[in-house]
Amino acid sequence: MTAAGTAGGLSPSAAARFGIPVAVLAEITHRCPLQCPYCSNPIEMERANAELSTQDWHRVLGELADLGVLQVHFSGGEPLARRDLEQLVARATEVGLYSNLITSAVTLTEPRLAALAEAGLSHVQISFQASDEDLGNRIGGYRKGHAKKLEAAGWTRALDLPLTVNAVMHRQNLHQLHEIIDMAVELGAARLEVANVQYYGWALKNRAALMPTEAQIETASAVVAAARARLGGRLAIDYVEPDYYAARPKKCMGGWGRQFFNISPSGKVLPCHAAETITGLGFDSVRDHPLAWIWEHSQALNLYRGTGWMPEPCRSCAHKEDDFGGCRCQAFALTGDAAATDPACALSPRHREIFAAALRESAGPDRFVYRNFAGGTPEPVRDDAEA
Amino acid sequence: MTAATAALSPDSRPALPRFVKLKFDRTRDIWVLLAPERVLVPDATAVEVLQLCDGATTLAAIAEALARKYDAPQDRIASDVATMLDALAAKGFLRDLAEDRR
Repeated sequence: MTAAGTAGGLSPSAAARFGIPVAVLAEITHRCPLQCPYCSNPIEMERANAELSTQDWHRVLGELADLGVLQVHFSGGEPLARRDLEQLVARATEVGLYSNLITSAVTLTEPRLAALAEAGLSHVQISFQASDEDLGNRIGGYRKGHAKKLEAAGWTRALDLPLTVNAVMHRQNLHQLHEIIDMAVELGAARLEVANVQYYGWALKNRAALMPTEAQIETASAVVAAARARLGGRLAIDYVEPDYYAARPKKCMGGWGRQFFNISPSGKVLPCHAAETITGLGFDSVRDHPLAWIWEHSQALNLYRGTGWMPEPCRSCAHKEDDFGGCRCQAFALTGDAAATDPACALSPRHREIFAAALRESAGPDRFVYRNFAGGTPEPVRDDAEA
Repeated sequence: MTAATAALSPDSRPALPRFVKLKFDRTRDIWVLLAPERVLVPDATAVEVLQLCDGATTLAAIAEALARKYDAPQDRIASDVATMLDALAAKGFLRDLAEDRR
């Protein structure tokens, strides 16, 4: 914020300076009423009977605080599917963790949100699938979902909780980006995440139905730039560019095992929410080890930490500490080798292939495969759909 | 949060909203300011200022207290403090309770 040296300096992030995890994504359940075709959960989801108990989470939240974690994101699946969410938030508050709720909000009620706020919840992020009801409900595979989200956003603001609108973007909703931005403003959101789909897991299964065209991305980038200029100070917009059309890879998770980790419903500690898509990695569970031990000794976390594991062209690259070689999950999904340079990088020998794949897939059929515990169900053929 | 915030004045009575938390982080041995999806690291001066942002003390009184403590010119302190707090207010991480009464 202010430059170092002046009174009242605030540097932007603790994360950059410490090898201590800053934030953790607590995926407390994979159960969810929605069936979004780009869900970041693994294809093989963990069932309710495999989930950590309230007591387990009580201990784990304490260990997170001891480890130096500052923020916990209660996510899923749909975290509201756990009846003990209020207890978990209260425990997070008790140990000094800043708690965020990442929710679809379709099963939220006003009293429950009030109880969560009372327990110390500090921030609510609600996902929206589109700006209009028909498309939103079709993408989420849940009738009347959109209207419930609007209502829940109103309760959030009425309780003076800060609201983030999360909008996952793809070919079938990018034309509504402008309206989604307007909706976020109307709902009183302080932040909007415009996140283009990243293709692993469910999204990879649905790549042909989701991949945007190059023209859509050009338009979207311009819409975001104009909105940022127009709404500066009112709405902060985080824009995640689509990898397949990018020239530089993302600094995924701020670097593998550096600042963040993810805990799965059954207690597995993952470098990111998608890491289970990399087959052959073994993950440690909070059921078997203290978190501090896992953070230091987990084989999976140590495998791609730092820069020592990098092959060329990353190893000798000037940007290797800027992006840490991009996304390991994407490298694995596209090359079969998780240690390969992320093909999103223009310096990857495979870069041209993914650009070609994007162009090809962007002309694919629109029919989704919905996310569910059965491994996916094709979208019913609609009357109005062309073939 | 969404209304564009006016710059703070000497009569402003700044306060952190409930969802912005100033806390001492024992693990890193530093103060941190926690906000939605953000972790800010205030320096020692910023911490002192933020600890005085109780919603009752005016910006002028905060500057005066710090000027006295550090034997520094009050107008310079006041300007530095306002710059820092304005930046926080613009992000929605600080409120002016004097404004709420109007």
